Amino acid sequence: MTTMRQSIAATRFGTGLRPGAAPPDRAEDLLAELAAGASTPMLIPPSPLAERAAAFKAFREARRADPDGMEMKGQRRGMREEFRRDSVARVLQRAFGAHPFFERLSAFWADNFTTSARGLALVMLVPTHEPEAIRPHVAGRFADLLKAAVLHPAMLAYLDQSASVGPNSPAGKRRDRGLNENLAREVLELHTLGADGPYSQKDVTEFAELLTGFMVNVGTGERIFRPRVAEPGAETVLGRSYGGGQASPSDAEAFLEDLAVHPGTARHLSHKLAAHFIADAPPADMVARMEQEWLRTKGELTAVYAAMLDHPAAWSDDRAKIRQPVEIIAAALRATGAKPDDLDPDRRQLQTGVIGGLSRLNQPMFRAPGPDGWPEDAAAWITPQGLAARLDWATKMGRVFAERGLDPRRYAINALGALADDELRFLVGAAAEKWEGFALALASPAFNRR
Amino acid sequence: MLTRRTLLASACSAAASPLLTPVVFAATPGENRLVVIVLRGAMDGIGSVVPYGDNRLPELRPTLATAVGMADLDGFYGLHPHFAGLQPLWQSGELGFVHAVSTPYRDKRSHFDGQDALENGTGAMDGQMTGGRDGWLNRAIARIPGASAETAIAIGQSRLLLMEGGAPVGSWSPATEFALAEDERGLLARLYADDPLFRAAFEGASGFSEMGRAVPRENGRALAEFAVERLNGPARIAAFSLGGWDTHRGQDNAIKNPARQLAEAITTLKAGLGANWERTAVVAVTEFGRTARENGSRGTDHGTGGAMVVAGGALRGSKVHGRWPGLDNLYEDRDLMPTGDLRAWAGYTLHALFGISAVDVEREVFPGVDLREAKGIMA
Repeated sequence: MTTMRQSIAATRFGTGLRPGAAPPDRAEDLLAELAAGASTPMLIPPSPLAERAAAFKAFREARRADPDGMEMKGQRRGMREEFRRDSVARVLQRAFGAHPFFERLSAFWADNFTTSARGLALVMLVPTHEPEAIRPHVAGRFADLLKAAVLHPAMLAYLDQSASVGPNSPAGKRRDRGLNENLAREVLELHTLGADGPYSQKDVTEFAELLTGFMVNVGTGERIFRPRVAEPGAETVLGRSYGGGQASPSDAEAFLEDLAVHPGTARHLSHKLAAHFIADAPPADMVARMEQEWLRTKGELTAVYAAMLDHPAAWSDDRAKIRQPVEIIAAALRATGAKPDDLDPDRRQLQTGVIGGLSRLNQPMFRAPGPDGWPEDAAAWITPQGLAARLDWATKMGRVFAERGLDPRRYAINALGALADDELRFLVGAAAEKWEGFALALASPAFNRR
Repeated sequence: MLTRRTLLASACSAAASPLLTPVVFAATPGENRLVVIVLRGAMDGIGSVVPYGDNRLPELRPTLATAVGMADLDGFYGLHPHFAGLQPLWQSGELGFVHAVSTPYRDKRSHFDGQDALENGTGAMDGQMTGGRDGWLNRAIARIPGASAETAIAIGQSRLLLMEGGAPVGSWSPATEFALAEDERGLLARLYADDPLFRAAFEGASGFSEMGRAVPRENGRALAEFAVERLNGPARIAAFSLGGWDTHRGQDNAIKNPARQLAEAITTLKAGLGANWERTAVVAVTEFGRTARENGSRGTDHGTGGAMVVAGGALRGSKVHGRWPGLDNLYEDRDLMPTGDLRAWAGYTLHALFGISAVDVEREVFPGVDLREAKGIMA
């Protein structure tokens, strides 16, 4: 039997309990996962960027040749199938990845740096963003994470950077094109300083000028820097001047280095981390300690996580947070005791269960509604509609588990450990049918909180 | 399992429960109706209700097809062809606009703070919400004589801060299919008994079974059809949101779908409400407008002054309300200069439709607003 402290840690900092495994209950054990997480390959990684870009290119060529032809439809179907596989694989990664705290942090940063698959080009790019730009830096310096996440092709495409042209650059003058400030604004507002942070419209504009030149090569899917598109001259952002010489990618990178250790960034993101893991309104002294560590270590993220785990509130039994849909689906799979090898992301039934579940629960994988990602507050998830969707999902999962011959009473213990109190165990046992027992466990506050 | 008939019966008894509806049954909220549509992502006012009579327009928007195929409205403004579905309503006096308006939120141009400010109704320039962090429509409902939990309905999956707060309102989402057996319902009620958040959501969800009609997608027509069903019944206020307005790139193409969704929502409301349309006001608001100049990728970036869309027999149509500031007088040399507070126009509509006193609107619903500027909105 897992202890209360283990059960709390496994749901708050991991993706839930798993039969037969003893989850960590000390900060040092959680932190020890992080370096290992970054160097462990994903269970089912997305296909390489070059292949994905080639598939998109083949689709475009087929469409040009015949906008409604069989060839185009075949290419399109192939991309959509790949995207479904990616979606299931990412949920399996959360459920069965060897380092659950690493998975949760990686998901957190992927949400902070949201890219969303709107259109087929992004369908091919977005699933590569977390593996390539986020995971290598989850346990490293925030500056490296920031540069990788913001300048990844998926982000450049999603927030229109590819369409931004320095108005006084050679390309801008010749084609009469100009700035698109979308990415610059969201980096300041969402990725770093926060909407109430210390920046102005002028900072947004100058930063947008500094970012000109970064684009995506549609043929290869790679990031490129085109000096012909870059706005000439130095730009002043947050009171410091950048660039001014030969246009270079390092101009914007130098600003991102400074932005990563800006006190406003430390404050906003320390709060956001604590709000994600601990409570919608986290303890002020916890956030202050994290912020201090951020500034002291110049953004070494593991030190910031350690400060969070060091606070008593990290281990309290408040369970004030609501698990997001991806978390409950991953946790439901994890608690069955299945092994990742048993689960084939190409299998239709698993695709229907996972993708259909995410869609029913209003959190489709890789399709956040906007660049601000998914809502954080408990009140945003447990609305009448949100709870009805969870009940609906729990019912459908319950029927699947019952067909598989699992026992709901054992399942409740496997999924919740010490968090399954007498009342919950009584209710699960009192259900008239097995599927109802599963549904009650999966729809319970104990399972949906962390 | 429960049959549809018994589900209806239990839902009705829940709705009439004195716990849910602390109502004086003699009072009713009257026959007027209001639909509020939140246009998320910042609708481009200049590109929708096009000031083609302003001779600076071609210079600011050289490639955006703001004037091609446009329908003239009044000799100064034209309606962008993407809204063509609404043109007949303009002719019959059932469609109007308010131009160059904004919320008091300034300068940061954040969608998310902008939408919170829009839905909260705050008067603060930095978007700081009022103390209750609730929605202005909810505060208004609390002040409508005779309002019950059935008077207002929030429609759609996504959160609608506009409707949140102390006054009970219904909610419904086309994506929910929800049915529970009676004994399961009992077990769930026990499961949620000690958790206030889950308990409240469960009580709210228990009415869904009555309306468990599945609609494939959340589009303008489906949301409006559901609003019609409720507004022809006991509801007097409905609200939902339509997204897709953040047109940073290739705006002429990107705005087609959201514009069509809005047009379909409004025409669906008119067709479905029948005689009730005469007593209906539709008010569509957005968090801010977009830059007066087009950007480098045939789109527009986040701006300040924008436009409101108003429709329905209760409002004065065939008119672009508000004061045009001129495109030679831009806010921070980039955005349409706001000359009016959009809260005044929404506020006057609430005052006129539901008899909420002007003082209450100016102090409690929209703190600090002055309703006088918006008197011309009513038919």
